[in-house]
Amino acid sequence: MIVGLENWALARPELFLAAATALLLIYGVVRGEIATAFVSVATAVALLVTAALLFLPYREGTAFASLFIADRLTATMKALVLVGSAVAILMSRAYFEQAKAWRFEYPLVVALATLGMMLMISANDLMALYVGLELQSLALYVIAAFQRDSVRSTEAGVKYFVLGSVASGMLLFGSSLIYGFCGGTAFVQISGALADGRSAEIGVIIGLVFVVAGLAFKVSAVPFHMWTPDVYEGAPTPVTALFAVAPKIAAMSLLVSVLMGPFKPLFAQWQQIIVVASVFSMALGAFAALRQQNIKRLMAYSSIGNVGYVLLGVASGTEKGIQAVVFYLAIYMVMTLGVFATILMMKRRNIMVEEVSDLAGLARSQPMMAFGMLIFMFSLAGIPPLAGFWGKLYIFMAAVEAKLFVPAGLGVLASVVASYYYLRIVKVMYFDEPAEAIDRPSFGVNRVVALVAAFLIAIFSLVPQPLSLIAEAAAKGLFQ
Amino acid sequence: MILQALAFYVFAAITVASAAMVVTSRNPVYSVLFLILAFFNAAALFLLIGAEFIAMILVIVYVGAVAVLFLFVVMMLDINLTELREGFLEYFPVGALIGAVLFAELLLGVGIIGSGSTTVAALNAHGPHVAAIDNTRAIGRVLYTQYFYLFQVAGLVLLVAMIGAIVLTLRSRPGVRRQRAGEQINRTKEQAISVVKVPTRGGV
Repeated sequence: MIVGLENWALARPELFLAAATALLLIYGVVRGEIATAFVSVATAVALLVTAALLFLPYREGTAFASLFIADRLTATMKALVLVGSAVAILMSRAYFEQAKAWRFEYPLVVALATLGMMLMISANDLMALYVGLELQSLALYVIAAFQRDSVRSTEAGVKYFVLGSVASGMLLFGSSLIYGFCGGTAFVQISGALADGRSAEIGVIIGLVFVVAGLAFKVSAVPFHMWTPDVYEGAPTPVTALFAVAPKIAAMSLLVSVLMGPFKPLFAQWQQIIVVASVFSMALGAFAALRQQNIKRLMAYSSIGNVGYVLLGVASGTEKGIQAVVFYLAIYMVMTLGVFATILMMKRRNIMVEEVSDLAGLARSQPMMAFGMLIFMFSLAGIPPLAGFWGKLYIFMAAVEAKLFVPAGLGVLASVVASYYYLRIVKVMYFDEPAEAIDRPSFGVNRVVALVAAFLIAIFSLVPQPLSLIAEAAAKGLFQ
Repeated sequence: MILQALAFYVFAAITVASAAMVVTSRNPVYSVLFLILAFFNAAALFLLIGAEFIAMILVIVYVGAVAVLFLFVVMMLDINLTELREGFLEYFPVGALIGAVLFAELLLGVGIIGSGSTTVAALNAHGPHVAAIDNTRAIGRVLYTQYFYLFQVAGLVLLVAMIGAIVLTLRSRPGVRRQRAGEQINRTKEQAISVVKVPTRGGV
């Protein structure tokens, strides 16, 4: 009874997404470029339907000979990833149409990347982890280079590919060491082997370090962050929006399930690594972004900093910590999508602009857009009572409860430094001499996304409890 | 038994000799051909120890795909070997050092020097004897059952690779005349032939 019906039932969302993608691919190939608009909307709808299938009805357990696991945490993370990808697909049309790269493969490759992320999140075995990760990464390399006539986009793709392959290599090397020393690749086997007292074996620890390094690359934590600014700046803006959201959440969820699952007995060992990565990410995210002029590059450093805060929650290793991680990631996703929707509306005489100085005087020419950006920036800076503040508060509280006083203190300091560059954008928009006015944004998806994001932030700011309860339920799934 | 030993030495000698020829031959095309010879003999060595699956994979993947790809590259690019050889003596010590390290690792692993509990020979004692299992069947049994999921996801990875290669390289060139078989077949006599009365001394 290895491949039975219950396996299919448990993986129903994934199967639906794979089938929908395959059908839309065939449709796109048959109809050609005219099908692009339909395929794009249909893919986004398929992603949202997949997210609904996760909970209607909700199922949990393991499937496919224990290679695949579904619980509250995986379902919540998958839902975040699916919504993020769907919104990123919908946001991309105007940009790609203008860049003459509007092709039906784009939404489909994003959908396949999302499928890879879902499989990563549900991995219950080192091999399943690796194939899911590769499915996601390979698709992301392709879409980083999707605007193939642009030198910067292809450069971003090649850079991401080469560095990502190195990270995959490290991950594989670590996995092989763990396999050798634990005698199995299944998470259950690993935790079993580590629990019976052999936990301090040096080979396992070296393997763990390599696996964590590989995953740290995927979430772009310091010191494996080098690729992030270049790839974020070079890739087409809607792709950057996707990169800043979906893969980050998926890789972070994977990191949580690997560290809190099979490697729980090695908590003392991996906590040091995660704390160091977290502190340096927060510091680098704060200081390196101070002098950035390009807003996409700035967002790249901002994402590195945010990863630092999330890692602090992971490092606490408690249920509170994981709850804070889920809560933070959800709010981070909303804020980031809002910022990128605004960036995608920044056009002057119908040409996309992406320098911070281009925003000068925006409050006078486009007050609504400036006000939206103001909310996102205040929230990212963590100014109370906005949603970003609650996210940081939960993280720091969890860290303090886990007796990580110094890292939490450093995190607060980094967050103070980081608020400088978030507020600088607000200052440029509201107090600088107006540059040539930004075009009035046409009514489109990006405007809706920015509005909804601002609205959601307002709601989370006033009533953070519902989201916090969802995060709590997700974290419970891991600690059952 | 003696026949097996004889076969082993023949295949091993050819493998080593052709590997040496890969490095030393003056013509890069010959190098690749010797590489293929080395792969074939390595496959034969695998067959001798009973690992027929790896032997077949070696032939299909390395000879069928990798070596042919090398051959393509070598033939497409105009590689000047004398230029490549220029720094040979300069880099020789580093290369020799790496080679020596790799060789020492092999000896350590097989257990010729310092055999311990982690050498290949010692680890082999725990596992099943390679020659005793029908290994293609063993892989087939788990590939489509226990590892069915991984097999399917690997298929998806290949699908992404295919879409990616097409998306990033295929260009539709305007003005290219394509054969449209349907239109050709549907042409009627009336469309294709026109009868013209040619006046005498007038021409068409």
